[in-house]
Amino acid sequence: MLKIADKTFSSRLLLGTGKYPSFETQKEAVRVSEAEILTFAVRRMNIFEPSQPNFLEQLDLSKYTLLPNTAGAKTAEEAVRIAKLAKASGLCDMVKVEIIGCGRSLLPDPVETLRATEMLLEEGFIVLPYTSDDVVLARRLCEMGVHAIMPGASPIGSGRGILNPLNLSFIIDQSTVPVIIDAGIGSPKDAAYAMELGADAVLLNTAVSEARDPVKMALAMKLAIEAGQLGYEAGRMPKRDYAIASSPMEGLLPN
Amino acid sequence: MNITLDMNGNSHEIPSDVSNVQQLLEHLNLADRILIVELNKEIVSKDAYDKPIKDRDQIEIIHFVGGG
Repeated sequence: MLKIADKTFSSRLLLGTGKYPSFETQKEAVRVSEAEILTFAVRRMNIFEPSQPNFLEQLDLSKYTLLPNTAGAKTAEEAVRIAKLAKASGLCDMVKVEIIGCGRSLLPDPVETLRATEMLLEEGFIVLPYTSDDVVLARRLCEMGVHAIMPGASPIGSGRGILNPLNLSFIIDQSTVPVIIDAGIGSPKDAAYAMELGADAVLLNTAVSEARDPVKMALAMKLAIEAGQLGYEAGRMPKRDYAIASSPMEGLLPN
Repeated sequence: MNITLDMNGNSHEIPSDVSNVQQLLEHLNLADRILIVELNKEIVSKDAYDKPIKDRDQIEIIHFVGGG
C-alpha cells in the first residue's frame, strides 16, 4: 500500500491528465491504469464557451484523489495562490508543488520550491514537491515535513528515463516519506526500474498520453510498476563479474 | 444599465441586475460547473457566492484542466 499523509492507495501509479488525443482515449487509459491519484493543472476558464468539455467533470470523483499541480508558477507566492485556488474547489487538499526555474529544461527552482513548501505546510496542505534529484534538497524537504517527495527521473516530457539512478537511490534510502519518481519516464522499463530502485510510486503523463496506443501503454505501465515493486520486495540476486553455471558440475557425462 | 467587469483578464459588460457571484455564474451559464471564483484577488468560497459584485470588479474564474 502507498500511504500519503492519512490516505492509503493500492495503486503505485499516479497518472497525469494532459495531452491525450481524446477524452474517450483518456478515460479508457485512466480506467485500465487503475491509478487512484490523478494530477491536474489550474487555469483560467474560457468563460464564453461554457459548453467546452472538461475531463475532470466527466470523472466519478468518488473514485479518485485529485492532485492539482502549481504548474505555471515561477515563484513560491504564485504557487501558494494556485494551491489555495485548487483547495477552494472543495475537491482536494493535496498539492504538487511545481515551480519551474528554467524554461527550456523545465527543471524545478529549488529555492522557490523550498519556500513554497514551507508556506503550504503552514497552511495545512498535504504537500508533494516536485524536485530535481538533489539528495540534500530532498533531505531538507523531508525535515520540513512534506508528505511525499517527487524527484524527477529526467526533464518533464523528455521521455529520457532515469538519468541518475544513484542519486534517486540515495534519496529513496534517506527519505522518511514516500518517494514518487515524477517526470521523464518514457517506457515501462523506466517505470519498473524506478520501482526496483525502491521508489514508492511513479507519476507519469506523456509516456502514456503520447504513446501510439495510450490505453495499451497505460496497462503496460501499471504492470511494469507492479513487476518492479514485486521485484524490489523479492530482492534481486547479487551482480558478479564472472559466470556461475546454473547446471550442476557433478555427474557430467564422460567424453 | 450595464456594469463593466474585468473577467479573466478581459473587460466585459454585464447587466446591472446581476448583483452577486451566484447570479454572475448563472448569467454565464457556469452555475453547475466545477470552478473557483476569485473576486478582487480574494477567493470566494462556495458558501459566500452571495457576495456582491459591482462595477469595475476584477473576477477570475478558474478550473481544472489536464496536466501532469
